[in-house]
Amino acid sequence: MMLSLEGVTKTYRVGAFGTATLTAVDDVSLDLVPGEVVSLIGESGSGKTTLGRTVLGLLTPTRGRITLDGAPARPGKAYYRHVQGVFQDPFSCYNPVFKADRVIKMIKDEYFPGVAASEWEGRIEKSLKDVGLDPGQVLGRYPHQLSGGQLQRLLIARALLLDLRYLVADEITSMLDASTRIDVLNLLADLKSRGLGVLFVTHDLSLGNYISERAVVLYRGQVVESGPTAAVFGNPLHPYTIKLLSSVPRLTARWDGGDPAVPAVEVSAGPSTLVEEEPGHLVRRSGTTLTRSVS
Amino acid sequence: MTAVPTGRNEALYFALRNGKLLAGLVVLVPLLVLAAAAPLIAGGDPNAYVATPASPPSAERWFGTTMFGQDIFAQFVYGLRVTFVVGVLGGGLAAIIGMAIGFTAGYRGGLVDEVLNMLTNIVLVLPALAVLLIVNAYLGVRSVGVQALFIGLTSWPWAARAIRAQTFSLRSRDFVDLAKLSGVRTWKIITREIAPNMSSYLFMTFILLFGGSILIAASLDFIGLGPSEGVSLGLMLNNAARWSALHLGMWWWFIPPGAGITAIVGALYVMNVGLDEVFNPKLREL
Repeated sequence: MMLSLEGVTKTYRVGAFGTATLTAVDDVSLDLVPGEVVSLIGESGSGKTTLGRTVLGLLTPTRGRITLDGAPARPGKAYYRHVQGVFQDPFSCYNPVFKADRVIKMIKDEYFPGVAASEWEGRIEKSLKDVGLDPGQVLGRYPHQLSGGQLQRLLIARALLLDLRYLVADEITSMLDASTRIDVLNLLADLKSRGLGVLFVTHDLSLGNYISERAVVLYRGQVVESGPTAAVFGNPLHPYTIKLLSSVPRLTARWDGGDPAVPAVEVSAGPSTLVEEEPGHLVRRSGTTLTRSVS
Repeated sequence: MTAVPTGRNEALYFALRNGKLLAGLVVLVPLLVLAAAAPLIAGGDPNAYVATPASPPSAERWFGTTMFGQDIFAQFVYGLRVTFVVGVLGGGLAAIIGMAIGFTAGYRGGLVDEVLNMLTNIVLVLPALAVLLIVNAYLGVRSVGVQALFIGLTSWPWAARAIRAQTFSLRSRDFVDLAKLSGVRTWKIITREIAPNMSSYLFMTFILLFGGSILIAASLDFIGLGPSEGVSLGLMLNNAARWSALHLGMWWWFIPPGAGITAIVGALYVMNVGLDEVFNPKLREL
């Protein structure tokens, strides 16, 4: 079962009377396969969240199409049975006036109304155990009584109750503290090894490097570089990727007072295409501005 | 602290322990009982001339009599009745229209929102009183129900605007997206996810519309567009004002209806604050 995006474009009408348009996602194509994490890397405003929401059917693409196993993806139960999402802010994912386990009850009501209560409890217990949660600590509690890490795992447990094949994880660790973050990442890696495909949306390069098989770098809505994580991180070819990688603070290095050696990026607005520089390693090239050769 | 029950009983558990809610009920329930039992308590016609005119409250005539010798207590209990009916029907109708339009416009957005907003603004600037005058002149209907209907049909726009704005801000929250990802239908998302988050806001809207309906009914009664028979708290107030009760020192004429309207609206308001604490788990623990 493959989830593929073909030329997905999302434009918004902006300005008075919608006279201007803003292209948030521009002609993005990528494939997700089971058991693989693809990290979608980009800065704020690069369109990565828009793309994630489009994959989830929360936004309708202006052009292009998304297919699951060849069939066009339509937001609805049939699609959400296999494709689910987890978002950045676990606190706002829960309705504050209801108990946190309502997100699980919703799945029961919509997908498994016929399942007996005792069997359902067993399934909940199993899926909570899969994400490392103690049922006694999270069930029957209100969202504000739980920690961000617990809430985020509960959302993953909720998704696991379905016949889950793909998970869109949109900045799921950015609101967690460092130790919880690594737990959630390891949980994702564990799910991946059990055959789940993950679209890991992040602005954090080290997280992308840690967990993903493939990396896609997004800049102003366009894919500027994509390929196996080792190739993109080890041999970045697009100036924007090079800039991104050189601007990551390193654990061992300290600020020495000078300007950080971040090269300027010139990305031309003209027509450009993705060129395969190495097997599977695509880089956006446009005739004149980019001169760096493959080293 | 003893064990807190779960599920439906939980709300009841906290409701019975909420002072504000109980205080509101203590004021409201006796007034409702009084209104419901009006014929039993106050006999037949509240406008009958039964006693010495302009006599102050006494053991026999609890609230005294009007300038014309009508029993004010009888007028009060019958007036409560009409007031509740106008408030519930007029306020309720306006709340229902306001919610339907507010939720639809706020949740759908786009063109639907534009059209509904235009409709709301048109009704908002419609001079309700002038429309009523014309309608009344042509149709000549003078019943409480029709009065409530007109009040309901003209007083919903601000409620629709307020609910639209609130819905607009709630629908972009992540829990709405999560409900969509769970395959929940739009109607259910509005009623089960968005509305409970603004339940106290909705109840407050109803209370304000309820109070507003009573006051509009009082002013309609005053200009002679009210029900041609019967009595309401607004009509009592206006009669008292018209016959200079204040200048004549007949305080027993205007204080009961004024206090009645204040008590009803005030009790509903206090109950709303209490209900907010019952249904919002974050406020509960403070």
